[in-house]
Amino acid sequence: MIEIKNLHAKVDGKDILKGVDLTIRPGEVHAIMGPNGAGKSTLSYVLAGREGYEVTEGSVTYYGKDLLALEPEQRAAEGVFLAFQYPVEIPGVANTTFLKTAINAMRKHRGEKELDAMQFLKLIREKTKALGMSDEMLKRAVNVGFSGGEKKRNETLQMAVLEPKFAILDETDSGLDIDALKIVAEGVNALRSPERSMLVITHYQRLLDYIVPDHVHVLAAGRVVKSGGKELALELEKNGYRDFGVNEAA
Amino acid sequence: MAAQPETIDQVRAVTEQKYKYGFTTDIESDVAPKGLNEDIVRFISAKKNEPEWLLEWRLKAFRVWQTMEEPQWAAVSFPPIDYQDAHYYAAPKQKAGPKSLDEVDPELLKTYAKLGIPLREQEILAGVEGSEGKSPAIAVDAVFDSVSVATTFKAKLEEMGIIFCAISEAVQKHPDLVKKYLGSVVPYTDNFYATLNCAVFTDGSFVYIPKGVRCPMELSTYFRINQANTGQFERTLIIADAGSHVSYLEGCTAPQRDENQLHAAVVELVAMDDATIKYSTVQNWYPGNAEGVGGIYNFVTKRGACRGKNSKISWTQVETGSAITWKYPSCILQGDNSVGEFYSVAITNNFQQADTGTKMIHIGKNTRSTIVSKGISAGKAQQTYRGLVKILPKAEGARNHTQCDSLLIGDQCGAHTVPYIESRNRSARIEHEATTAKISDDQLFYCRQRGIAEEDAVSLIVNGFCKEVLKELPMEFAVEAQKLVGISLEGSVG
Repeated sequence: MIEIKNLHAKVDGKDILKGVDLTIRPGEVHAIMGPNGAGKSTLSYVLAGREGYEVTEGSVTYYGKDLLALEPEQRAAEGVFLAFQYPVEIPGVANTTFLKTAINAMRKHRGEKELDAMQFLKLIREKTKALGMSDEMLKRAVNVGFSGGEKKRNETLQMAVLEPKFAILDETDSGLDIDALKIVAEGVNALRSPERSMLVITHYQRLLDYIVPDHVHVLAAGRVVKSGGKELALELEKNGYRDFGVNEAA
Repeated sequence: MAAQPETIDQVRAVTEQKYKYGFTTDIESDVAPKGLNEDIVRFISAKKNEPEWLLEWRLKAFRVWQTMEEPQWAAVSFPPIDYQDAHYYAAPKQKAGPKSLDEVDPELLKTYAKLGIPLREQEILAGVEGSEGKSPAIAVDAVFDSVSVATTFKAKLEEMGIIFCAISEAVQKHPDLVKKYLGSVVPYTDNFYATLNCAVFTDGSFVYIPKGVRCPMELSTYFRINQANTGQFERTLIIADAGSHVSYLEGCTAPQRDENQLHAAVVELVAMDDATIKYSTVQNWYPGNAEGVGGIYNFVTKRGACRGKNSKISWTQVETGSAITWKYPSCILQGDNSVGEFYSVAITNNFQQADTGTKMIHIGKNTRSTIVSKGISAGKAQQTYRGLVKILPKAEGARNHTQCDSLLIGDQCGAHTVPYIESRNRSARIEHEATTAKISDDQLFYCRQRGIAEEDAVSLIVNGFCKEVLKELPMEFAVEAQKLVGISLEGSVG
């Protein structure tokens, strides 16, 4: 279980999160919606532990552990996964090399035996096949020359291989056409399980047609201002964020 | 993108760089008195029992050297070197030259074992028999301070007519070859450090591959400076006769000492018609500590002559060590259709300085050269790529492609690219590409979010950056080099 309590955070000296409360149980999919500048991406970076995002108040308890006390790589090894809005390019490093380094670093952290080349190959073939992806993508350098859709699918593949307990999807729909969006959503849905929680961050309701959440929260001006079921998303689509004191052309 | 303040702090807080070869060996040595004069030159020559012509050559070089000045054009700075305050000869004490490994001081063998250098011929042979066809064996020549202590696989190579031995031995046994080629690529008047080397060189490796022979194994020389206050001046000479092929690797380490030590080597390569020489270096001399105290001054002249048509010389270097590196492995492309290649990774951390690059001199028709240089700077290190591409009037159809990429870690280091291009033939095609990048905080965070600790992330990213060059190394050393890349940058972030 993940419990976010009264979370305040600053970026460049500016208060962005001003008391976020959120509880996510195993297997649940929560969506965070909100206008630009509400603090959606800040929340995802704070949870993942990015430098420069300073927590000034509040706590995040992750399966009994103080998440905020952990280094980013420790959080990852404990099962926190962030699917990036803008996946980063790493020239010269093959996707397979990157994934193998990642999974073995996590296994090492958890006191598990590292996978040898054969075991890893078997695992990754299985996962790419399940996601309907080509082996060719594995040989390419991490995200280099990938289309927007390929980058997001690559994030999904990483998630499938790393098997997180808590996946944060930051604006996964941004930059995707509807076909690519469907493919990525299918991949994400395939990874839903009773043990895995997800936090889906999005500006638009569109994504939630394909990744249907259990709960929807509205984040505005650094606070969760309204929570509800999946129907809340449709309401927002219709009325925009105006009801929450935000003036924004939808 | 600006570096995170944390990153900069961590760079500042870098402590002693982990240098695992920093030990010294307690061994009795024959050391010449400090200082440099004609008597010392004569002393070295006499110690080596050299013929008169070689002594004369040394003395000529010494006299020229006295009129020369240290080159000042490189972007490196260091206090003046007192050339009289060093020993120019140090050798492990032995009654006579070792005839077999059993006569070599066990301390020496232990040192090499510690360094991971296999010298025990029988052991390697035993290993090879069991794994025939799997991994090619490596013949090793080990140079300790100034003296070649052991060369392995000699007998096996001799069957094919290949000569692989200490250059001092070659002087005795193959004087005609040595006389013909020594100084034929790097003349004794060449430059301050090379000329000094001509006067006082003590040992090094000699390789001759006869016509049409493909050397069946990697040849490797392992250089080790042990003695304090000594300079190391090796001389390597490799001759690949028509249609032959050889791959050669040199490795270097030195103990951790507070004073700077001078290493001024000369390497000459000669490739005849259709011959190929591949020369790889993994240079890991002691780089000095995190405050910039100590370390090797690596002032080396390396040059290859593609004398024959269709000949090829390929330099691959991974430079991670030395306080200062001044080194430009070059190719003189004299034969028509000859090919020169230079693949380089240079990593500088803390206070290291490197001014390195290559020279490609196109003389023959349709000569081609490729330069791929990857420079990585961290800490307060300064690095310069300096390269010359020169096309002479008769080099019809010459081509060159140069690619220089620099990667910066932190905001206190520097990378500089100084290409010189001179073309005197209108049909020549010359391309130069250069990029400078930083390891971005985005990349580091992305890796860390995937569970990879910051230092491992740096190593991963840098290895990716160098991939094009590392893949040129012989298989056996590629893995080693990858690890070295990681170790050299330890403490540069996180």
